Amino acid sequence: MIVANKNKIKDMAENLSESESGVGRSLWKDARIRFIQNKAATISLFVLVAIIFFSFIGPYFAVWSYEQIDWNAMGSAARVGMPSIESGHYFGTDDLGRDLYSRVIQGTQISLMVGVLGATVAVIVGTLYGATSGYLGGKTDQIMMRIVDILMSIPYMFVLILLLVVFGRSIGMLFIGIGLLSWLDMSRIVRGQTLNLKNKEFIEAAKVTGVNDFKIITRHIVPNLLGIVAVYATLLVPGIILAESFISFLGLGVQEPSTSWGALIKEGAGTISYDTEWQLLFPLAFFVVSLFCFYFIGDGLRDALDPKER
Amino acid sequence: MSLLEVSNLKVRFETADGIVNAVNNVNFSVEEGKILAIVGESGSGKSQTVFAMTGLLDHNGSATGSVKFEGEEILNLTNKKLNKIRAEKIAMIFQDPMTSLNPYVRVSNQMTEVLMHHQGLSKSDALRQSISMLDAVKIPDASNRIGMYPHEFSGGMRQRVMIAISLLCKPKLLIADEPTTALDVTVQAQIMQLLAELQKDFGMSIILISHDLGVVAGNSDDMLVMYGGEIMEIGKTESLYVKPTHPYTQGLMSAVPRLNDSEKRLVTIPGNPPNMMKPSEGCPFSPRCSYSNDKCSNVSPILSNVNNDDHFRACHVEIERIA
Amino acid sequence: MSEQTILEVENLKVNFDVSSEGDMPWTKPKKLQAVNDISFTLNAGETLGIVGESGCGKSTLARAIVKMVPAESGKVLWLGNDLLSLSDSETRPYRKQIQMIFQDPLASLNPRMNIGEIIAEPLRTHYPKTSETDIKARVSDVMNKVGLLDNLVNRYPHEFSGGQCQRIGIARALILKPKLIICDEPVSALDVSIQAQVVNLLMDLQEEMELALIFIAHDLSVVKHISTKIMVLYLGNMVELANSNDIYQNPSHPYTQALISAVPIPDPNIEKNKELILIEGDLPSPINPPSGCVFRTRCHKVQDICSEEKPEFIESSKRHNVACHFHD
Repeated sequence: MIVANKNKIKDMAENLSESESGVGRSLWKDARIRFIQNKAATISLFVLVAIIFFSFIGPYFAVWSYEQIDWNAMGSAARVGMPSIESGHYFGTDDLGRDLYSRVIQGTQISLMVGVLGATVAVIVGTLYGATSGYLGGKTDQIMMRIVDILMSIPYMFVLILLLVVFGRSIGMLFIGIGLLSWLDMSRIVRGQTLNLKNKEFIEAAKVTGVNDFKIITRHIVPNLLGIVAVYATLLVPGIILAESFISFLGLGVQEPSTSWGALIKEGAGTISYDTEWQLLFPLAFFVVSLFCFYFIGDGLRDALDPKER
Repeated sequence: MSLLEVSNLKVRFETADGIVNAVNNVNFSVEEGKILAIVGESGSGKSQTVFAMTGLLDHNGSATGSVKFEGEEILNLTNKKLNKIRAEKIAMIFQDPMTSLNPYVRVSNQMTEVLMHHQGLSKSDALRQSISMLDAVKIPDASNRIGMYPHEFSGGMRQRVMIAISLLCKPKLLIADEPTTALDVTVQAQIMQLLAELQKDFGMSIILISHDLGVVAGNSDDMLVMYGGEIMEIGKTESLYVKPTHPYTQGLMSAVPRLNDSEKRLVTIPGNPPNMMKPSEGCPFSPRCSYSNDKCSNVSPILSNVNNDDHFRACHVEIERIA
Repeated sequence: MSEQTILEVENLKVNFDVSSEGDMPWTKPKKLQAVNDISFTLNAGETLGIVGESGCGKSTLARAIVKMVPAESGKVLWLGNDLLSLSDSETRPYRKQIQMIFQDPLASLNPRMNIGEIIAEPLRTHYPKTSETDIKARVSDVMNKVGLLDNLVNRYPHEFSGGQCQRIGIARALILKPKLIICDEPVSALDVSIQAQVVNLLMDLQEEMELALIFIAHDLSVVKHISTKIMVLYLGNMVELANSNDIYQNPSHPYTQALISAVPIPDPNIEKNKELILIEGDLPSPINPPSGCVFRTRCHKVQDICSEEKPEFIESSKRHNVACHFHD
C-alpha cells in the first residue's frame, strides 16, 4: 500500500513545482518574450522609435525652417529644388521653395501627435464607457450601447468636414472631430471583453469575498482588459492618422504654414507631372512606413497577448 | 492475427516552448470482438495515441512506429487513403457531442453524408438506413427527430446520435474517447449499456478511453494503464483491478473513492501530474512512487511479463514488494 | 462536530426569467424554477453533500445562499440572521464567515495577480488596516496549511497545476477563518489522484478548524466520502435527505435508487453482475415542470396520484427525509 501522510504530500507538492526562486513569471513577461520573438513587430518598433526620434532631433540638422522660402527655388523647383546636401534642402523643396526636410519633420510631428493623442483620448473614454456599460449590464448597458450605435451611424467624414467648415480649421477642431467618433469602436470592444470577464469565476470569487464593485473593476477587470486595449489602441493610431490625412488631402486639415503628411502628400501628388517626384516620395515614404509599423506592432501585440497562448 | 497491432508508437509535438514527447514506445493489440480500455490521467498520452492512429494529430505533431490494422500498416497514411479506413473500418466518437456534430447541419444530412460518401448509397436509401440506426440507438420517434438540428437534442441523445453515425458503415473497430465524461451519471449508465448491447449485436472491437475506473471496470475485457506517455501496466481488466502489480495502478485503485466503501480517508498518490516538457530519464512515475529507487529514476523500465499470461508491466521493483 | 446549528435554509425559491426566441420585447418572460422550496439545516463542523444531475439547481442553490443570485422567497438564517433580508452592505460582514471554492481551479484566480495577492485579498478587503508584515505572515501560514511552499508566493496562477490552483483557492477561502465553505464541484476538473489529495485536505482542515462544508458535486462517490449527510436534488426540488451511509444503504426515493445504481464501482465483479435501474427519457423542462411530483415522467413506480399531488418532504425514518408517495 502506498503510505502517504501529510508531510509526504507537502514534500512532494512543492518539490515538483519549479521552485527555483521566488520570482514569478507574470503574463506580461510572457507576452514581452513572445513579442520580441516576432521579428516584424520588433523591427517595426525600432523603426517607429527611430522615426519619432528623427522628428525630435531632425530640426537640429535643418538649415531651413519649415516656412522659410528659398527665393531661388521658388517657382523653379524642378530645376533648382532637387534634394541636395549643399543647398541644405536634404529632401528638396516644394513648389513655393520651402524646405521639404523641415516640412516633412513638421508633418511627422503633427501627424503622429494627432494620431497618438487622438488614440489616447479614444482609449480613455472608450475604456471607461465600455467597462462601465459592460459591468453594470441590464438596461443601463442597453441604453449606453444604443447611444454608441446611433453615434456610429452618423456619417463620420460628413460631420467632420461640416465641423471644420463651420468652425474653421484648427488643430483643436481636428481633435474634437476625430476624438468625438473614434472612441466608439473601443467602447464596443471593451464592453465585449468586460462581459466576457464578468462571468469568470475569479470575479465571482471576489464578489463572494465581499470586494466592492469599484475595486472589482479596477483590480480585477481593468488589468485583464489592458491587453486587448493595448492592441486596439495601436491599431487605432494609424486609423486616426489616415483620417487626418484624408482631411488634409481634401484641403481641410491643419492651417498653413503648418503641415501634415496628408497635406504634403496632396501637394506632392499635385506636382507629380512636373518632374518633382521627391515632393511626393518623401512624405509618402514616412507615411507608409509609419503606418505599416503601427500595424505590425499591433499584430505583434495581439499575438503576444493571445489568451490561447496563455 | 489481431485486428489492431500497435508497435513502438511514439508521438512528439514541436511547440514554441520545446519538444513534448506525448507518447513513448507504446505497444498493444486489440483482438476482434474485444474491448480494450485505455486508462490514464492528464498528460498520460491516451488520447494522442488514438489520434496518431487515426491521423488526427495536430499539425505540429508527428508519429513514428507501426500501427497495423488487419495486417496493413495505417500509420501516417495520406488523408486520401485514411479516409477509406475511417468510418468503414475504424470509427471514432468523442467526449463532447455538441462540438462533434455540426450545429448548422441537420442530423439527417450529417448521417446520410456518411453513407452516401462511403458506401455510395442513394439519398433515400441512406436516409432509411440512418433512421433504422437511430432506432438501434434507442432514439424515440427517429423518423421525425432525424430532421432536427443537434442543439435540439439533449446531451445524452447527441451522444447516441454520435454512436449511430459511427456505426453506419459497420466498422470493425470503434474508438470511444471519453464518451461519457461530459454526461450525467444516469445518462452515462444508459450510454454504456447501449454500447455493450451494440457491441454484442455488431461484433465490433472497442477501444474505450477513460479516466473513470468505474466505467472501465464494467465495460472492458482488457485494460491498458498509461502514465507520462508510457504504458505502466496492461492485462485483463479483472487482474488489474483485483491484483494490480504496478505502483501506479495500485495507487489509482486506492485513490478512487468507492461508493461501497466506508473508509473515511482516501489513499492519495502524492505529487502532481508529469510535466511533459521535461521528459524523465527513467520511469515517468518514479517521482511520485513510494517504491522508487535510483534505478527507477535513471533507467526506463521495459514491459515484462507477469505470470506468463497476457499481463505485462513496466516496473523495476519486484512484484512481491508491491502486491 | 457540535450540535450548534449555524445555517438554516427555509423554503428557498429561486426563479429565472427566460425569454424564448421570437418573443416581442414586451412579452412577459417565462419563469424557470431553478430552486423550488428547499429547506435544510447545517451544524458547525458538519458536511452537507448536495448531489444531483444537470439542471437540478445545486449550483444555483449555492449561489443563492451567498446572495450571488437573487432569491424569489425563503430565508437563509446564518447564526439566526436572515441574510436575504439584509442589504448588500449589511451582508458584507457576514461574508467573512462564509466562503466559496469553485469548479474551475484556474479560472477562479485572477490571471494578473500573483498568488500572494490573491490569497491576501479577503484579508485586505475586510481588515484594510492590517500591516504588510501581518498580511505576509497570515498568507504564509495559510499556504502551509494547504501544502504550498512559501517561496511560491510571487508566482502566477498559470504556473501551477490544477490541483495546486485549487489549493490556492482553498487558501484564499481559509484566510479569514470562516465557519462555512461552500464547495461548488471543487474536484470535478481534477485527475483522480489529485482529487483524492484535495478531498483529504478539505477533510483535514475541517477537523482542524471546525469548518462546516457544503459540498456540491455530481459524483456521488466523492460526495459520500466527505459528507455527513447528503441531499439529493432533482429539477430544483429536494428528493431525499439522509446521512451518507443511510442514503447508500437505504435509498428510499426511486431517483436516488436509480442514481446510486448508475454510479459505476471500480470492481469488475460488482459491475458485471449489477442490476441497473435505468431511468429512461429526458429531463423535463424546468420552465414547465411536470405537475405533482417532478420525477413522475421517468419514475418506474409512477401511479396516478403522482401527477395530481406533489409528495411532501417528510421524515420516513430517523433523520431520513424523502418526498415520494411510494418511498421504500
